[in-house]
Amino acid sequence: MATPNSEFADIQGLLWSGYGSLKQACFLLLRVTDAAAARAWLRDVSESVATVEQLRREHVGRAMQIALTADGMRALGVASTVIDGFSAEFISGMAGEEGRSRRLGDVAASAPSLWRWGGAQEPHILLMLYAEENLDAWHLQIEAGLGNGLAVLHRLPTTDMGGMEPFGFIDGVSQPRIDWSGERVPGTSADLEYGNLLTAGEFLLGHRNEYGRYTDRPLLDPAQPGAASLVVAEDDPARRDLGRNGSYLVMRELAQDVRGFWRFIAAQAVHDGDRIALAEAMVGRLMSGDALAPTRGQPIRGVGPNELDIARNQFTYDEDRDGLRCPFGAHIRRANPRTGDMPGGRQGLVTRLIRLLGLGHQDLSEDLIATSRFHRILRRGREFGDRIDRQVALRPDAPDPRGGLYFICLNANIARQFEFIQNAWLISAKFDGMSGEADPLLGNREPMPADHRTDGFSMPQPSGVTRRIDGLPAFITVRGGAYFFLPGLRALRYFAAG
Amino acid sequence: MTPQSCFMVAAPIAPGQETGLRALLATMNTAPGAVDPNNALVPFARFDRLHVARFVILHDETLDDLRLYGTTFENPPVWLVFLGDCDGPAEAMLAEFAALAGAGLTRIFGHCEGFSRGGDLLAWMQGRSVTPATQYVNWVGRTVRQIREEAALHAALRDRLQRGAAAFEAQSPLEVHRQLAASVRQDGPPLTPPAPTPFPWLASKIGNMIGVPLALLVLLPFFVLGAPFFLWELRRRETSDAVIVPRPAPEHVHSLSVLEDHDVTNQFSAFGIVKPGRFRLWTLLFIFWVLSFSTRQIYTRGRLARVGTIHFARWVFMDDHRRLLFCSNYDGSLDSYMDDFINKVAFGLNLVFSNGVGYPRTKFLLSGGAQEELAFKYFLRRHQVPTQVWYKAYPGLTTADLARNTRIREGLEAQTMIEAEAGRWLAMI
Repeated sequence: MATPNSEFADIQGLLWSGYGSLKQACFLLLRVTDAAAARAWLRDVSESVATVEQLRREHVGRAMQIALTADGMRALGVASTVIDGFSAEFISGMAGEEGRSRRLGDVAASAPSLWRWGGAQEPHILLMLYAEENLDAWHLQIEAGLGNGLAVLHRLPTTDMGGMEPFGFIDGVSQPRIDWSGERVPGTSADLEYGNLLTAGEFLLGHRNEYGRYTDRPLLDPAQPGAASLVVAEDDPARRDLGRNGSYLVMRELAQDVRGFWRFIAAQAVHDGDRIALAEAMVGRLMSGDALAPTRGQPIRGVGPNELDIARNQFTYDEDRDGLRCPFGAHIRRANPRTGDMPGGRQGLVTRLIRLLGLGHQDLSEDLIATSRFHRILRRGREFGDRIDRQVALRPDAPDPRGGLYFICLNANIARQFEFIQNAWLISAKFDGMSGEADPLLGNREPMPADHRTDGFSMPQPSGVTRRIDGLPAFITVRGGAYFFLPGLRALRYFAAG
Repeated sequence: MTPQSCFMVAAPIAPGQETGLRALLATMNTAPGAVDPNNALVPFARFDRLHVARFVILHDETLDDLRLYGTTFENPPVWLVFLGDCDGPAEAMLAEFAALAGAGLTRIFGHCEGFSRGGDLLAWMQGRSVTPATQYVNWVGRTVRQIREEAALHAALRDRLQRGAAAFEAQSPLEVHRQLAASVRQDGPPLTPPAPTPFPWLASKIGNMIGVPLALLVLLPFFVLGAPFFLWELRRRETSDAVIVPRPAPEHVHSLSVLEDHDVTNQFSAFGIVKPGRFRLWTLLFIFWVLSFSTRQIYTRGRLARVGTIHFARWVFMDDHRRLLFCSNYDGSLDSYMDDFINKVAFGLNLVFSNGVGYPRTKFLLSGGAQEELAFKYFLRRHQVPTQVWYKAYPGLTTADLARNTRIREGLEAQTMIEAEAGRWLAMI
């Protein structure tokens, strides 16, 4: 069985890196207007798609990545029997069902009917351009080369905010690490504790996931046209794997109300230090990137050896059970609760059995959060709009910087990873047994049935009387989004061959 | 303490009546998946001992799976089931339904076989009552009234804490607790003391507590002797039983998902066929017997093994033990529910559902099965049937909310408390 690291030449570079050193980026949303011409274009550009292999081997000054929606595959003429092999949520699309929009919190001001792109008019192809310099010239050249097979639906330009997101926090501090060498055996007693090293199959189709299984993807009969150029499926040697080395790419345009965020905070606290402390409590990290929760002595699998990584990520919330350091509802505590397979971590066989039967719980608030390793994503977002700092944002005459984030993440099972995190952890008003609050940054503040509010934020205090803020406005509005498939290079050539 | 009980009326839908019945049931909702609690047919909100209730049409699309087991199911009835969970005896609940919603129920059951409009509705429903093989109650003894009172208590205390935050900050947690307790005594909200536990219920529970282990002890030698044969036969079947886990059709998934996630709690109804033959049936009967003991004696306070999100659940045999119905009320979305199943109680799911036609391959009844993540999820979704009408008496409240509110009340009424306890109690609010 081939390990993921033997196939770096078939994997798009985005799986390896967010191209942090390529400060300029622009995303193009394309629609296919002529299938044959579009396929010819795809054939040409597929040669210049950056791979992990290249990133590891040489300095890359600019990089192109390509992803497709299910609509895009259809428009290119891919047989529906092939597309049907992709996951149901990918085929249906981010805005394909009202139920999905409810689960993702895409309602009211964030409803798909109000989106700038995605939803009613799905993009077909996502073309991602990253460059050290001279992006504009390259971008123009790319657009000129689109020919008559493709039309630009939207251009999504980005802004280099120096590693910060528009509210002023360092972004992308914590990422899961992929076990490229395939050494990790998931599901052993080591997983009773939180770990950050995950099997490649959580992000790449065609490889074993955290269940030790293969996530569904199109497997083709080798006699089907084009299938012979694909590799044999590891779990089904009679068929060829179109999903191999590909990943689902989730993209959402999140408009951030930077002025509204800092003004709301300023209304809660007078001194600048207190304001920053409140904003940091909402995020769960200091503005510098360090976690509020205390770091611990013992190493965590998949964190370090880089000192900065240890300083920022060698922690779980076991050392902050009362939420006194990092509030339970803080953004990063919701987005990755750092839970192992069982509360209490490693333990003797008898204790484990007792806990498995649900008999050894310390108290009712224990074991409410699912195990983290099945719900992780690789984040690859980029900022847009003008960058203004909080002092400027607080001035009455401050212009709207129209800032925000192109949230981009990679995962192998959209329902179990991205959608679960968004639904059960981020926007849930019931996360970790709380009530009345959703994610302080991402929540849409819409009340639930029977008028249960979701616009609070609570900070447990040593005195016992929790500090509670009510009436948070929505700081983020979703303005577009789609589910894409970021194929491996062989699969990309398959799509191009038609 | 008032124990909870469950009711279920099941009747085959008369030929040609299914479409009309679906349309009638739809009038009870304001939108698909969102019941009108005051609807004209069965105004659920008027029944203050009722926790949850549902109407489900059990139209099984998977019967052809039986062919892979070398048999068929001729002329399967399409069932209408009306089921729910309530405080106090189920018989009294049904009588209340007949008295207060007789006209609506008559219209609904008028679509079923053997229903005569002029007849005695209550007697008809009693005649079609079905007892579950196993039932589960998240918190035995917690009444609807208690849930509502404790939710109001939590809201009031949170409000009082918030309004007096400046003053409370300077006081010790014990002092704050004392003041809040005094304010509730004086200004409410009212808290009804628990009713006495009915003696017959208690006696039967104690009998069960002693009887089942005793019976197991007596049977033990036979189990030990029989184990090799049982395991041999089990493995033979486990390795050869057909696994039927195609991805559910998008239209089917849509018909289900449109009903979901309108509240923090969702309903789940699934219907399937028990694997043919006495071996699987007897295995299943034994498992339910033990499971019933556990839900009656052990899992009575907030958790079913490691899963804490289920309000009420039950397994019911139908069609002379040939088919099995599973119904539950759970917090969160279906995906998180299934993930809990897989990651926390796969063994429990396997014990029961591996005796159902098509279930993913298990090993020794416990491992495998649900651990086949996608196959298991497809299996559940494919066997799930749309729940036409679903009511929950306390929307917006999860089991975690209910448990917390109960603990807040207990803390409020605690006679003695030390400083640290008072601090933790305040933090819960």
